[in-house]
Amino acid sequence: MIPLSGDIPDSKGAICGKIDSNSVVRGTSTLKRGFAHMLKNGVVMDVTNVEQAQIAEEAGAVSVMVLDKLPSDVRKAGGVARTASIRIIEEIMDNVTIPVMAKCRIGHMYEANVLDETNVDMIDESEVLTPADEYHHIWKWDFTTPFVNGARSLGEALRRVEEGAAMIRTKGEPGTGNVAEAIYHIKKVNEELRTIKSMYDSDDKQELVKMAREFKVSYDLVEETAKIGRLPVVNFAAGGIATPADAAYLMSLGCDGIFVGSGIFKAEDAQERARAVVLATTFWEEPDKVKEAQKMIDERQSLLGLDVKNLDLKMQERGSTV
Amino acid sequence: MSKIQIGILAVQGDVTENFLATMASMSELGIDGTVVQVKTIEQISELDGLIIPGGESTVIGQMSLVNGGLKKIKEKIESGMPVFGICAGMIFLSKNSKDKVVGKVEQPLLDVLDVKIERNSFGRQKDSFEANISMEPVGISSFNGVFIRAPSVSETGSDVEILAKFNEKIVAVKQGNILATAFHPELTRDISLHKSFVKLVDNLN
Repeated sequence: MIPLSGDIPDSKGAICGKIDSNSVVRGTSTLKRGFAHMLKNGVVMDVTNVEQAQIAEEAGAVSVMVLDKLPSDVRKAGGVARTASIRIIEEIMDNVTIPVMAKCRIGHMYEANVLDETNVDMIDESEVLTPADEYHHIWKWDFTTPFVNGARSLGEALRRVEEGAAMIRTKGEPGTGNVAEAIYHIKKVNEELRTIKSMYDSDDKQELVKMAREFKVSYDLVEETAKIGRLPVVNFAAGGIATPADAAYLMSLGCDGIFVGSGIFKAEDAQERARAVVLATTFWEEPDKVKEAQKMIDERQSLLGLDVKNLDLKMQERGSTV
Repeated sequence: MSKIQIGILAVQGDVTENFLATMASMSELGIDGTVVQVKTIEQISELDGLIIPGGESTVIGQMSLVNGGLKKIKEKIESGMPVFGICAGMIFLSKNSKDKVVGKVEQPLLDVLDVKIERNSFGRQKDSFEANISMEPVGISSFNGVFIRAPSVSETGSDVEILAKFNEKIVAVKQGNILATAFHPELTRDISLHKSFVKLVDNLN
């Protein structure tokens, strides 16, 4: 079974219905979180068209994420970044057998509604797009489609779970080809998990209450998370991953899987690189396989990358305080 | 009698959940054995039984092909090792699979379970559902079936026993030492199906 901490069983997104004369229920936490569990040890790849989606599927991607522009192009273009064209999302859904995800703006309830009606398999309420509401994220319990959210600390992750996220990923710094921020975020989450686990193990309820206040989430969610010593939902790495070694390192830090944004299709050797990142993610525990994967790519063809310190726009800061 | 060893294929998918359900089954049945997460040919060679978990069948197939695991698993099943395939695992065991919308997609299959599979048979994630299933042939009268972008069996060979149907679609089958379900018992608290698989492995040992 899977953890159902923080579940709201009678939420609007859970719907009782029928298939012919058989009673069924849809949109439960078991189904939404369960979907994310099926992605574990896999690689989700950002794509902008059918051709890229098919390359991703052939390379062994576990799912594709549809965007209008890859994160590094969003960064260059400036302006307002919104959800991708529905026609392109539908075209991709008709041409690959793996799950299809798409991004909506933070807090944009109606972009999410549109994606839910489009029948994408998961919605990413993403900081890569321009936030539509600086004060509220989407109340994800109202949706039958599962959501994934970014987080750079345990408090942020639990706030998103409390709003109904079925999956968490690190934020990293999207579109930079620089993995440092993703590494920092997963290490921070792990360290905070160790802290609350030790409070739970020593039965220190007072300290756990203080943590709940600091995290701005309910005590019950903090206690249940402390008890299992990990996030109650699947947690992937995202933001700045560009090479097989990047992916393998993040897997070794306890991530359940990998999102690759610009890292693949902004590289000049996309097809080989896609295969190589999947190989390194699957066999991250075997150094010879990771080396074999790393040998498949050419560093001269990697995304050039950006130093995070000199960025004008830090996407990771979007929506992180609320 | 020697200690049994059951492996969970740890290439991609919900490995841990199956690991825990199998551990719980062994302890409830009082069977002395170990559960291991396996990937390499060497690990697979040691097994008395194997569970292929849920995930994406295209990924599990391709990555099992890369390190020779696929060939070894096929060899073991053909020489009688019990195997339990769940969702993607059911697709991977089959002889033939096509997607409901996209149609035929090239993907590596074990080619041991004599069925034709329709992938994503009940629709996309929003159509995923929980429903009550009955599996009388294995003595389970009521089971909470968790169907996530689930496949179904569209045709069966003569040696295949149908264990459960939902809405006229075949969702659980058995063929000799091969057990397969379109739904996810490992996502529920009910370990009765994992227990019947552990018993199958134990009886053969």
